[in-house]
Amino acid sequence: MRISIEVNGAVQQSDVEPRTLLVHWLREQAGLTGTNIGCDSSSCGACTVHLDGEAVKSCTILAVQADGCAVTTIEGLAGPDGLHPMQQAFADHHGLQCGFCTPGMVMAAVGLLRENPAPTEDEVRTGLEGNLCRCTGYHNIVAAVLAAAARGGGR
Amino acid sequence: MIPAPFEYVRAGSADEAVALVSQHGDEAKFLAGGHSLVPLMKLRLAQPSVLVDVGRIRDLSYVRDAGDHLAIGALTRHMDVETSPLVREHAPLLARAASHVGDSQVRHRGTIGGSIAHADPASDLPATTLALGASYVATGPRGTRTIAASDFYRGFLDSALEPDELLVEVRVPKMAGAEWGFQKFVRRAQDWAIVGVAAWRRGRDSGVALVNMGPTPLLARSTMDALRDGAGADEAAQRAADGTDPSSDVNASAEYRAHLARVLVRRALEGRAT
Ligand SMILES: Cc1cc2nc3c(=O)[nH]c(=O)nc-3n(C[C@H](O)[C@H](O)[C@H](O)COP(=O)(O)OP(=O)(O)OC[C@H]3O[C@@H](n4cnc5c(N)ncnc54)[C@H](O)[C@@H]3O)c2cc1C
Ligand code: FES
Ligand code: FES
Repeated sequence: MRISIEVNGAVQQSDVEPRTLLVHWLREQAGLTGTNIGCDSSSCGACTVHLDGEAVKSCTILAVQADGCAVTTIEGLAGPDGLHPMQQAFADHHGLQCGFCTPGMVMAAVGLLRENPAPTEDEVRTGLEGNLCRCTGYHNIVAAVLAAAARGGGR
Repeated sequence: MIPAPFEYVRAGSADEAVALVSQHGDEAKFLAGGHSLVPLMKLRLAQPSVLVDVGRIRDLSYVRDAGDHLAIGALTRHMDVETSPLVREHAPLLARAASHVGDSQVRHRGTIGGSIAHADPASDLPATTLALGASYVATGPRGTRTIAASDFYRGFLDSALEPDELLVEVRVPKMAGAEWGFQKFVRRAQDWAIVGVAAWRRGRDSGVALVNMGPTPLLARSTMDALRDGAGADEAAQRAADGTDPSSDVNASAEYRAHLARVLVRRALEGRAT
C-alpha cells in the first residue's frame, strides 16, 4: 500500500506491506535510527515518537495507520539554534547513562509538557510511567524534566 | 516481531466498516486503536487476514450529555474519556478508571469501544462500565441493538458481539453525586490490575465490579445484596469474592486474589481511589 507520512517536517512516500510497524518504517525506510526498539512488546517506551503531536509507541502502530499524519522523531527535535530545551536539560542533569531509553524518554517528556506545562514531581513520574530506564534509576530524568518545565521547555 | 501478512482497508463510516467486515467473513477484524490487537498479532496469537481500520471514523469519537446518561462514541480514546469535563462531572469513576489504563502513550491510542469489545477481564473499562450499569450500542448487517453490560460478557475475550457487529456507543448512566471508589492493585506502575475494583454507592443502592477475578469482568453481587440489606462497607466487603473463581498465575494465587478482592472492595466502598 502507498503511504505518505510527514516525518520531521518533510513528506515521505513509500510502498509498504500493511504489516509494517511504524518503528520499522522509520528506521528502515526513512533511515531514522534514533528511535529505538527496546522490548517490542509495548512496554518500554524506547520507541516513543509523536504522532500528530502526541507521544505514542511506534512499535504498536502500523505504518499504514500513520498514513497522512505527521510524525516527529528524536531527530526532529533540535532546531537550527541547537538542542531542544528538553535535550539540553537531559544533558545538564545527566538524565542518561547508556542512552538507550533516552530518545523515547525525551519524546515522552516533551509530550508530557505539551499536555501539562508545569507538572509536579509526581505528575512527571506518572507521566513517564510508559518509559523504562534500566540505568539511571529515574532520579536525574525526573530532575531534567522538571528543569525543562521550569524553563518553559515544552515547545 | 512482525504480524503475519494481512490485507488492510480503511472504513470512512460505521456502515462501510460493517459492510467491509461482512463481505470478508470471519477472517476480518475491526482495528480501532490497535493496542490490544496489534500486540496479539505481533505474537501471532491473532492472525486476521483482513483488517478494517475504523480508527479514522471521527464521528464515532464524542462525549455527549444525553439527559440521564452520557453517550460516549466507541472510538473515543482513553485520554479523551479521562479528560472530558462531562465525564469528570457525571461519571467521575469512569474518568478515574480511564486514567489508569496503561500509560499515556497507550491512552493516546486505545479506545473505550476497543477495550469493551476485546472483553478482557483484566481490563479496567469493561468492569467500570459494568459497575455503572452501562449499555453498549452495536450496529451490524441485521440492524442496531443495545446490549446491557450485564448481558455482554460471555467468557474470556468473548462477548455478545457478533464478528460483523461494530460497537458504536457506550451509554453510561449519570452518577448523580453517588459516592465512588476505584482500586487497582499492581506491582509496577503501568501494569494491568492483579485485582481491581470499581464501585459506587448511593444509600442502599450500589454497583460494585471486579477486575481480573474470573474469565469475565464480574459484579460482586453478594456485596451489592448485603449493602441493599443495610450492611456496612466492612461487612459487605467480606462477601466480595463469593461465587468467583479467580485464576492462579505468576502474579497471584487464587486465594490471594480473593483476599485482595475483599480488601479492595472495602477500600473502594470507603470512597478511596488509587
Ligand atoms: C502496554 C499496554 C498496557 C495496557 N494496559 C492496560 C490497562 O492497564 N488496563 C486496560 O484496561 N487496558 C490496558 N491496555 C489495553 C488498552 O486499553 C487497549 O487500548 C484496549 O484494550 C483496546 O482498545 P483498542 O482501541 O486499542 O482496540 P483494538 O486493539 O483495535 O481492538 C481490540 C479488539 O476489539 C475489536 N474492536 C475494536 N473496536 C471495536 C468496535 N468499535 N466494535 C467492535 N469490535 C471492536 C477488534 O477487532 C479487536 O478484536 C494496555 C495496552 C498496552 C499496549
Ligand atoms: S519497543 Fe515499543 S514499547 Fe518497547
Ligand atoms: S540510560 Fe540506559 S536505559 Fe536509560
